[in-house]
Amino acid sequence: MSEPAYHLPAGLPRPVAEPDGLDTPYWEGTRRGELRVQRCHACRGWQWGPEWICHRCLAFDLDWETVAPRGTIYSWERAWHPVHPALRGRGPYLVVLVELAHAGGARMIGNLLGDPMQSVAIDAPVEAVFEPHDDATPPFTLVHWRRTA
Amino acid sequence: MRNVIPAWERSAAARSIRGRVAVVGVGETTYYKHGQSPEPEVKLALQAILAACADAGIEPRAIDGFASYSNDRNDPSRLAAALGIPELRFSNMQWGGGGGGGSAAVGNAAAAIAAGYADCVVVFRALAQGQFQRFGAAPPAATASGEAALTFPYGLISPAQRFAMRVMRFLHDHGIGPGAQRAIALASYHHAQNNPRAVMHGRPLTPEAYDDSRWIVEPFRLFDCCMENDGAAALVLVSAERARDLRQRPAYLLGVAQGSEYRNAARGHNAPTYASASFTTVAPHLYAMAGVTPKDVSVVQSYENFTGGVLMSLIEHDFFAPEDANDILTLDNLVAPGGRLPLNTSGGNLAECYMHGLELQIEAVRQLRGQSPNPVPGARVAMVISGPMVTPVSSMLLGTEDVL
Repeated sequence: MSEPAYHLPAGLPRPVAEPDGLDTPYWEGTRRGELRVQRCHACRGWQWGPEWICHRCLAFDLDWETVAPRGTIYSWERAWHPVHPALRGRGPYLVVLVELAHAGGARMIGNLLGDPMQSVAIDAPVEAVFEPHDDATPPFTLVHWRRTA
Repeated sequence: MRNVIPAWERSAAARSIRGRVAVVGVGETTYYKHGQSPEPEVKLALQAILAACADAGIEPRAIDGFASYSNDRNDPSRLAAALGIPELRFSNMQWGGGGGGGSAAVGNAAAAIAAGYADCVVVFRALAQGQFQRFGAAPPAATASGEAALTFPYGLISPAQRFAMRVMRFLHDHGIGPGAQRAIALASYHHAQNNPRAVMHGRPLTPEAYDDSRWIVEPFRLFDCCMENDGAAALVLVSAERARDLRQRPAYLLGVAQGSEYRNAARGHNAPTYASASFTTVAPHLYAMAGVTPKDVSVVQSYENFTGGVLMSLIEHDFFAPEDANDILTLDNLVAPGGRLPLNTSGGNLAECYMHGLELQIEAVRQLRGQSPNPVPGARVAMVISGPMVTPVSSMLLGTEDVL
């Protein structure tokens, strides 16, 4: 039996960049296996989620910096009730909120891979696992997480 | 250090709604399970408005303004035309926050009366979810962008899924056990058994049934989650001077506050104050305007989208410290008439009706009139907390005449 291609079944809403282009660099980065976060060119402050202006110094000059794809679990949930038709019969799955201390505390959302019934500890270390959906139109890549020692 | 307080800041304390406006009429339709209303949504809205006017003893054509929230589909111009209202003077929608706008809508209506924009303003909410999109189901779109692009592809879609991680972190930080959320659910069901209007009237909930109920998303079980319903509710507001001549005992507005903390809406769950119901900055403004303290509050109606949100709302309104949550949040403490903190005394969103929280404002008014199905003896100050964990949220305090 082959492994399922994707952690959650196909058919969930596909991520697309915003029409105004705000988060295009983030989604382009995931296609290359890179995790990118906004950083202000002027004050060097980190910013996530994306916005057109730096919330610290109000400069419009924001860079996108590739950061180490690892962090710690800030919070988590185990979802049971299938709220989308694609999730029917899938069973429980884990969602984690991961804090990137080395990127100003930016938090990223993804699924925690492995046994869905595993015990999850806040502050546990995790690393990113990129999940390309090359067959989608347009193609996209999700960023999941797995426990590290 | 500032030695001189600017004049505008000194005058801010004088700019208050306290005692200037009152709720004089309340009304609702029959409350239905979602999809079971035999009437279209706009007709429900009209029925609730007429019921509130009848309760107040006010002729419906005296209405000259409307306020609502959460993009209610029934716009004031249509309602004014439908009701033959001679002159529409105020048409107001609270921007953002869904059910978090319930108390803000009352505050906005009151501000219009105090400022002279209108004389008789109706606050209403109508929902027939069976006729439109349900809140608890995924929207049908095939793609997601913006905030949704960061969450939907990971199966983080519904409101319960959106808020579970805030609560999970709060429970973790403060060592709060499952009994706290259970007590909140049990209190709502307990109160609904005395309320013939409640959808869950005649459907009591036992601690065992709660514990046996399925997970929706940990840490929320089925009974931690609000219902979805069809119905409509309305309140009529006039100036305090006019209220004294009307049929019902007025429920005076003591204070209202709305908003949220620093960067609460930072996308992708990046609010700096994440484990929060969003009231940490709002609640102090409410108490300051009302001139009361938590000890003065007789009864609390706190919006239950999910019980964990109620827990954080009560803490942020300073009723107890997070470290005391396990001891305070027991069924005995939360039920009328004898509990130390009577909570959601009509059954609220969990067991009366998910009227998007506006049933909570109505219940607060009924408590001050002595008309609640679960009256708190001598209730003089009633709080309503609207829409935890969203932004903006809002909360309000009502009082009887002797509190003014």
